[in-house]
Amino acid sequence: MARAVVTVPPRAKRGEIVEIKTLAQHTMETGFRRTQTGDLIPRDIIRTFACTYNGVEVCRVELHPAIAANPLIAFTTVATESGALKFEWAGDNGYSVTEIAPIKVE
Amino acid sequence: MSLRFALLLACLLPGAASSGDIPLSERRSGYEMMSRETQKIQDEDATNPGTLWVLDGEALWAKKSGSAGKSCADCHGDARQSMKGVAARYPAFDPARGRPLNLEQRINACRADHQTAPPFAYESKELLALEAYVARQSRGLPIAPRIDTKTKPFLEAGRETFHRRQGQLNLSCSQCHDDHWGKKLAGSVIPQGHPTGYPIYRLEWQNLGSLGRRLRGCAFGIRAQVPELGSDELVDLELYLMWRARGMKIETPGVRP
Repeated sequence: MARAVVTVPPRAKRGEIVEIKTLAQHTMETGFRRTQTGDLIPRDIIRTFACTYNGVEVCRVELHPAIAANPLIAFTTVATESGALKFEWAGDNGYSVTEIAPIKVE
Repeated sequence: MSLRFALLLACLLPGAASSGDIPLSERRSGYEMMSRETQKIQDEDATNPGTLWVLDGEALWAKKSGSAGKSCADCHGDARQSMKGVAARYPAFDPARGRPLNLEQRINACRADHQTAPPFAYESKELLALEAYVARQSRGLPIAPRIDTKTKPFLEAGRETFHRRQGQLNLSCSQCHDDHWGKKLAGSVIPQGHPTGYPIYRLEWQNLGSLGRRLRGCAFGIRAQVPELGSDELVDLELYLMWRARGMKIETPGVRP
């Protein structure tokens, strides 16, 4: 199960600064831990997060081994026009999640 | 370290006798003792990582499982109605098994009896997800385990465990959580130990976990023998803790440091 939750205000005024919150379900295994028998547990993390607003990139994040499991990423953008925000997470072992959220600008 | 020893010493001195149960009006959820930042993570579904498990649980609720080919929803319908207030009265007495079951055991009993499906392992993602989804439906409702002639002996067994000194540190649950709550143990605030938000997302675990897992952590901390998940001892203790927190509001999914 690879689940992500995005929270975008459904409506906004033109030019308003809106806060966007995202949660992605991921264990973020650092690659530094070992099992009880001393074997290295391979790294398994989300590497990148990107958000595009009607095709224009408004946020990009690189994630590293020290970042918490189930990372919460919150950021702001300016509501320019109605349309959709597309969120993409990508990581080790082919991890890939995409979410789309609509926004209505008045 | 010196704080920890000072506290230990205070517990062991003959003068520091138990001050008894916390008066009902002075009870505080662990929520009130954590930082504002951690409170904010819990407050909103958009930031509470427990939401991820609740949504997984919602999907599992509707999924057919076992050779009976039934889903939880086939019997129980919409959990938002049918499961409202259920978690607030668990552990609850099960006549077939002759003792109280906690919510995880109830879910597995349902799987065995009605779905003919293998049980989920304790602390497995599936069991925690279903438990979180069921308990989420009781958010804001007062904790109210049913105490009657059938459950009373188990409540008393739990009370006895809570007050029994155990482990190499020779401490009882009560010494920390009744007598010294609000003080600090190695930099962390000692909470009163009310199970208001289980299963909780604990930042230290980086994961969701059950009350049983939390209690095992405490037993390990006082260097006592760690009870098995789902053992009678743990479930009786859970029943006592729920009774001790009666009337307090369910917060599931809680977030704790």
